[in-house]
Amino acid sequence: MIRMSDKSTIPFGPQHPVLPEPIHLKLVVEDEKVVEAYPSFGFVHRGLEMLVQKKDFNQMVYVVDHICGICSAMHGQAYCQAVEELIGIDVPERAKYLRVVWAELHRIHSHLLWFGLLADAFGFENLFMLSWRIREKIMDILEATAGNRVIISVNIVGGVRRDIDTEQAKWLLDELKEVEEGLKELEKIVKNNYTIKQRTVGIGVLSKDDAYMFGAVGPTLRGSGVPIDMRTTGYAAYGNLDFEPVVETDGDTYARTIVRVREMFQSIDLVKQAINKMPEGEINVKVKPNLPAGEVITRVEQPRGEVFYYIKSSGGKNLDRLRIRTPTFANLASLLHMLPGSTLADVPVLVLTIDPCISCTER
Amino acid sequence: MGLKEFVEKSFKKSPWVLHYNCSSCNGCDIEILACMTPLYDMERFGMVNVGNPKHADILVVTGTVNHKNKEVLKNIYDQMPEPKVVVAVGVCAATGGIFREAYNVLGGIDKVIPVDVYVPGCPAKPEAIIDGLYKAAEILKEKYEKMGKAEEVLK
Repeated sequence: MIRMSDKSTIPFGPQHPVLPEPIHLKLVVEDEKVVEAYPSFGFVHRGLEMLVQKKDFNQMVYVVDHICGICSAMHGQAYCQAVEELIGIDVPERAKYLRVVWAELHRIHSHLLWFGLLADAFGFENLFMLSWRIREKIMDILEATAGNRVIISVNIVGGVRRDIDTEQAKWLLDELKEVEEGLKELEKIVKNNYTIKQRTVGIGVLSKDDAYMFGAVGPTLRGSGVPIDMRTTGYAAYGNLDFEPVVETDGDTYARTIVRVREMFQSIDLVKQAINKMPEGEINVKVKPNLPAGEVITRVEQPRGEVFYYIKSSGGKNLDRLRIRTPTFANLASLLHMLPGSTLADVPVLVLTIDPCISCTER
Repeated sequence: MGLKEFVEKSFKKSPWVLHYNCSSCNGCDIEILACMTPLYDMERFGMVNVGNPKHADILVVTGTVNHKNKEVLKNIYDQMPEPKVVVAVGVCAATGGIFREAYNVLGGIDKVIPVDVYVPGCPAKPEAIIDGLYKAAEILKEKYEKMGKAEEVLK
């Protein structure tokens, strides 16, 4: 029988060496086993959704870009797609392809960043450095094509802000070849390394039914064998590109790692396809300053999964309401399901396995 | 070299850095992490990233302060031993930046703790962050010397 005194409570966060972001977990442990986990939120809550009432719909693009620095291009994209659908404008074809290029570059850099943090979480410092060294190539591409390293703010309502010319596209593809070489090296390490397998295989197992029931999205869901990817709905130019959702069936941390590694190769392939198929033409269209009344939802696949945007307008310059459901929020239920029963040493790995983005979740 | 000189030299030459994300968008945080990776390599200035406030000399804060994390930030600052230097990275940490009109944002981190170095940028570039940290190390040196003088007066 377990007496109350056998249990102790360990606070995890908000300031923790493993986490770049503040999340607080109250872990009830029995010896080394985690029995219960209670999350606490609000350390990053700023109240961005309310800003729609103070800033007009064009200015809001820059606010939604700042919801999260890692997947900022996709937040801007989702918001712009929603407003474009509300106004009823057709975005030029070239802008759609450019959006794909920047979104996929973001996916590669986000997955590399996550992979480094995971390696750091189980004490493989060298691998952290290696994956972040490859990531710097992507940052260079983003800086050269969009003008900033992290928050690139390329999307505007009606298209994109910048163009990639032929010469730059050629350079971009050359750089991506080097990234691909690096990724192949990384893949070899993931597939053969003893330490990685010891710390990830069989850790945080999420069965197919559980993943679906808890409403998991993105690599967390696809690692458990459910092939749901919002890109298959064909927003932007994804309908014209050739790809299949990456799926693994084991449902543990290792499977999710493999999903993300394979997605990086897929993203490189998508960037190449998008650049090769990109038509000539305008990159944005002029937008009237007033919005019509109505409500719209859009769904975009971010590195962490599906993001859901809802906007409501009753005319005028400002939107009435903006509601965002972020992938990490959807994945938190799965995390809280995985934590009980694990050892305390595995908690950092488990927290990172869903690739948490707290800035997105709390906005 | 005596023990006192040794401690003094290592303190001045190798400040330890603690990073706290207040309510940032992650942009500045990943740039701070990028400072530690091979391309920018902050460690060549002797700066090491640590997780414990009690080991740290320089506190690097990103993002704005809100009603929930102002106590956390104050707590971390109070746990750090004297002398200590605070670096505010990014416009959000300086003034509130793009979020300053949001209802849960108090403004820059100087509303809660004293700040020594401001690094502007949205997000701040790794070069700028390294420059800011280098300035912080100089301020730390000054503060350390002032503390020594105060101790002599008290004797």
